[in-house]
Amino acid sequence: MQLTAKHHEYWRKNLVVTAILFVVWFVFTFVEIWFARELNSSMTFLGFPLAFYFSAQGSLAIYVALIGIYALIMKKLDKEYGVDEGDIE
Amino acid sequence: MSSPAFSQSTFNRQLKKYYTFYTGGFIVFLLALAVAEQMGLSRAWIGYWFLFATIGLYAGIGWMTRTTDVAEYYVAGRRVPSFFNGMATGADWMSAASFVGMAGTLFLAGFDGLAWVMGWTGGFCLVALFLAPYLRKFGQFTIPDFLAERYGGGIVRFMGVICAITCSFVYVVAQIYGVGLIVSRMTGLEFGVGVFVGLAGILVCAMLGGMRAVTWTQVAQYIVLIIAYLTPVVWLGVRHTGIPVPQFAYGYTLQKLGDVEKKITADPREIEVRKIFADRAAAGKANLANPDKAYAEGKAKVEKDLADLKGANAPADKVAAAEKAVAAYPANVKAAEVQWKRETGLAARAAPPRPHAQAFPGKDEAAQNTARLNFIGIVFCMMFGTAALPHILMRYYTTPSVQEARTSVFWSLVCIFLLYFTAPCLAVLAKYDMYTNLVGSSFASLPAWASAWAKVDPSLLSIVDINGDGIVQLAEIVIGGDLIVLATPEIAGLPYVVSGLVAAGGLAAALSTADGLLLTIANALAHDFYYKLINPTATTGKRVFLSKFLLVCAAITAAYVTSLKPGDILFLVGAAFSLGASSFFPCLVMGIFWKRASKWGAIIGMGAGLGICVYYMVTRYPFFGINMPLWFGLSPVSAGMFGLPVSMITIYIVSLLTPAPDKEVQELVEHVRYPNLVGDTVVSEAR
Repeated sequence: MQLTAKHHEYWRKNLVVTAILFVVWFVFTFVEIWFARELNSSMTFLGFPLAFYFSAQGSLAIYVALIGIYALIMKKLDKEYGVDEGDIE
Repeated sequence: MSSPAFSQSTFNRQLKKYYTFYTGGFIVFLLALAVAEQMGLSRAWIGYWFLFATIGLYAGIGWMTRTTDVAEYYVAGRRVPSFFNGMATGADWMSAASFVGMAGTLFLAGFDGLAWVMGWTGGFCLVALFLAPYLRKFGQFTIPDFLAERYGGGIVRFMGVICAITCSFVYVVAQIYGVGLIVSRMTGLEFGVGVFVGLAGILVCAMLGGMRAVTWTQVAQYIVLIIAYLTPVVWLGVRHTGIPVPQFAYGYTLQKLGDVEKKITADPREIEVRKIFADRAAAGKANLANPDKAYAEGKAKVEKDLADLKGANAPADKVAAAEKAVAAYPANVKAAEVQWKRETGLAARAAPPRPHAQAFPGKDEAAQNTARLNFIGIVFCMMFGTAALPHILMRYYTTPSVQEARTSVFWSLVCIFLLYFTAPCLAVLAKYDMYTNLVGSSFASLPAWASAWAKVDPSLLSIVDINGDGIVQLAEIVIGGDLIVLATPEIAGLPYVVSGLVAAGGLAAALSTADGLLLTIANALAHDFYYKLINPTATTGKRVFLSKFLLVCAAITAAYVTSLKPGDILFLVGAAFSLGASSFFPCLVMGIFWKRASKWGAIIGMGAGLGICVYYMVTRYPFFGINMPLWFGLSPVSAGMFGLPVSMITIYIVSLLTPAPDKEVQELVEHVRYPNLVGDTVVSEAR
């Protein structure tokens, strides 16, 4: 079948959302690890050295949030572009 | 099965009701056992109660959900609501290694252990963003199904089957090992018997009802394991931080731990013990340099000591000790060399404690950077491996819709997060408790839990008074990582029921993962290999029967391999992830996001990724005895860090060199990209 311009726009927006969330994921994973020594000596948060906090808790919470945000945005996007599945019965 | 009158929302309501009752029932069971313990129920019986009640329960759920329907058997009828699928994925995901081993690894390795915590959670972001919704829309039964449809042809499917079986089999051996270990510890049964009791539970469940039974059992297992993990931590947390959610307050305990570590590093008695180890290690090394001479001299010395004492009419106990030393002296040079090698290893115990929160310790800048690279390697391979392990990806075929698949990944990670953000907390609390209460206590009055565990299993805890001062020094304690979770209830001073609960939780973790893995192996063989490649005319009844039969075969083979006790389990688990990351992830994701990815790109790419990964492991891992120099100092567990990029680049180049996929494949890709496409002609969902 032939995809409409609207379909292409949906996919483009999906890619943008995916890319942004992926970059956030990358920063709180690999950039955080790369500078762990500096972060650890820079400051403490709730008593934790900063890098320890992120690796043990902060980044994990961000992962959960990223997936939640993705599900919400995509749900809205599906409806907006008429590609949602309707109510499941 | 799904009659029109039986709607999804009624089903959801009923599920909530059942599992609320179940959770309540489980708590009542715990309280009843606690009361029985106060009334004098013996420890062995508490162990038996936990073992048989929980395995009986899982088997009961398996029996109630038995099925021969194909869609029910392979994908639980595709009506598992996202939250329940999240719990099932959580149980599927968290293995014996996570439940029993994780906190111990963190205890021993400090900051560096956090690589596993990050790696085993962050991968779900990749699952959510790149795979779950698209695989759900595709809606077949297995992961090789997708590869075969997308890239066309038997070769891709066959390679997919090989990869799926390799990763899953390596992983399932580790799980069955865990089952045997926990059952034997819980009840005192032998390791082998333990393996088979646990295996019976797995089989009744997975064989009768396939994915359907496994899903509902895994939900039950998740509830058991999370209650079991959190209960003792809450208690220990109240003791050290004053609040029942120590996860948010243990930062201050971590600071206090840092002070204790400094004190221990500077303590003269600790230094004395460490020096004894350093001397022994140095002596062992010197002896090894010239073994024959050292052996003769050593032997002459112990004999002379004995003669001298006898000649001087020394007290009887001194003579007896000297006689013992002569008798214990190695019989020949070879035996002596083994002993000296062991003593050289004591050098590790001569080092002061490493600060728990310090990132990437190392003697110089270069060593620290290598430590960082290896941390990144583990995180990378575990994350991309998560997004490639078939038993996890398969779970997202079971939700009712694409949208539910997306929220289901969210709930999966929430369920996993609960345990993984508790593990580092448990490690710090247990360490602080041990450093302040056990270290510095006298050998005459060790804490009860310490003397009990040292007696049960010296490989988990051994304390020997090295310098003979009657006081426990940190350097005199040797801890096996698994001790931390298993002994926490006793460290926190809880009744034995909680110890039984923790063992039941560990068992649930191991059983649930083994269930999912065995099902993946059996389905890859029965569905992909037999039905799709060999006999496409097989009836559905025959396919399901064959799958059940193969499940039993796979389980018995795995149990046999386990009984051989193959070496390093953590390496096996890590290797499974690296292999998955190098083989599956690139061609799955590129198949969805790049229409141009072609059949030969996928075949050669998968082969190249897998090849480089296996090559690096075989030539670098000490077990194989080749030991070529490492690339950039990266440990062979993280071979996926080379495999994945190589695979991606190969797929890209070869795809551009070979003809583009035909129109049908292009339409399939469009089909999976939109949750609902009006006028779509592709019908992929298998019923």
